[in-house]
Amino acid sequence: MRREGSPVRGLGTVFVKELADHTSSVRMLMLELLILFTALAALYEAITSLRQNTAEDPFLLLRLFTIDQAPLPSFVAVLGFLIPLMAIGLGFDAVNSEHNRRTLSRILAQPIYRDALLMGKYLAALATIGISLAALWLLVIGLGLIFLGVPPGGEEIARSLVFLVVAIFYAGVWLSLAMLLSIVFRSPATAALVSLGIWLFLTVLWPMLAPAIAQAVAPPDPRYALLGLSDPATSIWTQELQRLSPNDLFGEAMLAVLSPTTRTLGPVFLDQLRGAVMGAPLPFGESMMIAWPQTVGLVAGTIILFAFGYVLFQRQEVRA
Amino acid sequence: MNDPRKQAAGGAPDIVIAARGLTRRYGDAAAVDAIDFDIARGEVFGLLGPNGAGKTTTILMMLGLTEISSGSIGVLGFDPAREPLKVKERVGYLPDAVGFYDQLTAWENLAYTARLMGLSRAERARRIDAALARVGLGGVADKRVATFSRGMRQRLGLAEIIVKRAEIAILDEPTTGLDPQATLEFLALIGELKAEGVTVLLSSHLLDQVQRICDRAALFQGGRVVLMGSVPELSVQVLGAGFAVEVEAEGVGIARRLAMIPGVTQVETLAPDRFRMTAERDVRPDAARAVVAVDGSLRRLSVDEPSLEAIYARYFQAQGDGGVRHAA
Repeated sequence: MRREGSPVRGLGTVFVKELADHTSSVRMLMLELLILFTALAALYEAITSLRQNTAEDPFLLLRLFTIDQAPLPSFVAVLGFLIPLMAIGLGFDAVNSEHNRRTLSRILAQPIYRDALLMGKYLAALATIGISLAALWLLVIGLGLIFLGVPPGGEEIARSLVFLVVAIFYAGVWLSLAMLLSIVFRSPATAALVSLGIWLFLTVLWPMLAPAIAQAVAPPDPRYALLGLSDPATSIWTQELQRLSPNDLFGEAMLAVLSPTTRTLGPVFLDQLRGAVMGAPLPFGESMMIAWPQTVGLVAGTIILFAFGYVLFQRQEVRA
Repeated sequence: MNDPRKQAAGGAPDIVIAARGLTRRYGDAAAVDAIDFDIARGEVFGLLGPNGAGKTTTILMMLGLTEISSGSIGVLGFDPAREPLKVKERVGYLPDAVGFYDQLTAWENLAYTARLMGLSRAERARRIDAALARVGLGGVADKRVATFSRGMRQRLGLAEIIVKRAEIAILDEPTTGLDPQATLEFLALIGELKAEGVTVLLSSHLLDQVQRICDRAALFQGGRVVLMGSVPELSVQVLGAGFAVEVEAEGVGIARRLAMIPGVTQVETLAPDRFRMTAERDVRPDAARAVVAVDGSLRRLSVDEPSLEAIYARYFQAQGDGGVRHAA
């Protein structure tokens, strides 16, 4: 049975209302301040470290993103950690709060489909994150100009823009997850705890668990161990398992995009490196090719999680 | 599909909601079990019944907000399962315990739904101001809804239906939890809607209110409509007769005379000068004529209107005696 009428009717209205709610909410302000201060601290360390070394690097601006000075992680690592927090903060009560405020049935009694409500909420949260990240990106470029005094080249801008886009998709994965949980769990507190649990598991525990599981699945050959090498089979398993975490995908994609000397993200044999000029940067297109599978993985994760949430929301009873 | 508007042109009553064998099953249990009803334009129709009897599920099916397992329902000639947007453009819904966005003002809350209705900016402003004034919230339009009492929220919900200029207003338990004054005000607003020709569907378990404003009512039990009709009709069905008229008069042979009035089923002599008649209709004029005809002196003539409360109580009592048929 086909339904009639446009599923996107009312989408713009929901989008504008949710965007206004997000940008004026105290919660969003706190998240922005948290990210801003942590990122600024990482950036400050990066700038001090870069000013001590002379500017021999042709990609000085990109070094701002990736350089890490103990004890602070790099700017990209900070974002890799905090973007999920922001996305979860915006998404965990998207649907269940409408249930709990008893506004859902009133809104859905207006001439719109549920699609518009869910999509509008999703896009508004993503736009909020996008705006914050874009502001942060401009801040990095601006600070780089002021403190390093080297104008960025076209390729640097292009690569950092790719960073921005991939970061938004990375946020999209976590936002989809948080909204899915906000549909599944009627209580926002439960949804928030479960999303934060998944986030901690994937960022903190999974990188430790993946090698252990890989060793169980493909036990390393003792001959490699005797030579002090790691078994390629085990390494590949470890990497594949780690890639199940969006954090790992984001980290790998950023490594390829922001460090132009990155030639590969997996283990390589020495003979594959024959003829390579070590330390020479790859052209922009080649770096993109390396980061492409990771980016597609993030987009696919976003779509799959959103689709799950969409189906559940369509089938959900509206009555409180 | 038959178009009710065509029927209207033919002179038949203009049916705005028509349910045929409407059923909603959750697993094996039927929340709504093959119900049929017709609601005419301009009518105030009451949905009565205990909690969980299927009233809200029926309402949600009318709006296309829950799936229909089998049967059909037509709202203003549209199928809510297939054309929910057309239905929802024309039907206003005030849910049970309606909620608003607390951080927004009354005006902003209505503006959001008015935008979802697709109204232009100027039209929105005009309709919202008018609707808020009409429900008596004009003075608090710019106050945040968080400060509103329950009665004010219900009136704000009604204002939303007025902004929509709905042809049908569906009100789910609108007066539950309101104080008597707020209830009276709310019922008066419903009366105004009716006067404008809006069809009102009112779900409630507060029987005296339903009786006060509903033209007809359907009694739900275990997902079925067990009784339907106007209050006098229901009382005839359940109580046997609708009206109890008491006559206090002196004269010769009054009792015999009263018993001859058409529609009177029984005359009891309570005292030499007091009689109690049970009748299918209001027979007071006939009783007065009867007394005058025997040259009696009429001192008092009163009628106990049939009460929905009595009908409801009697119906469920009878059900209890006759074994529980629709054990839920």
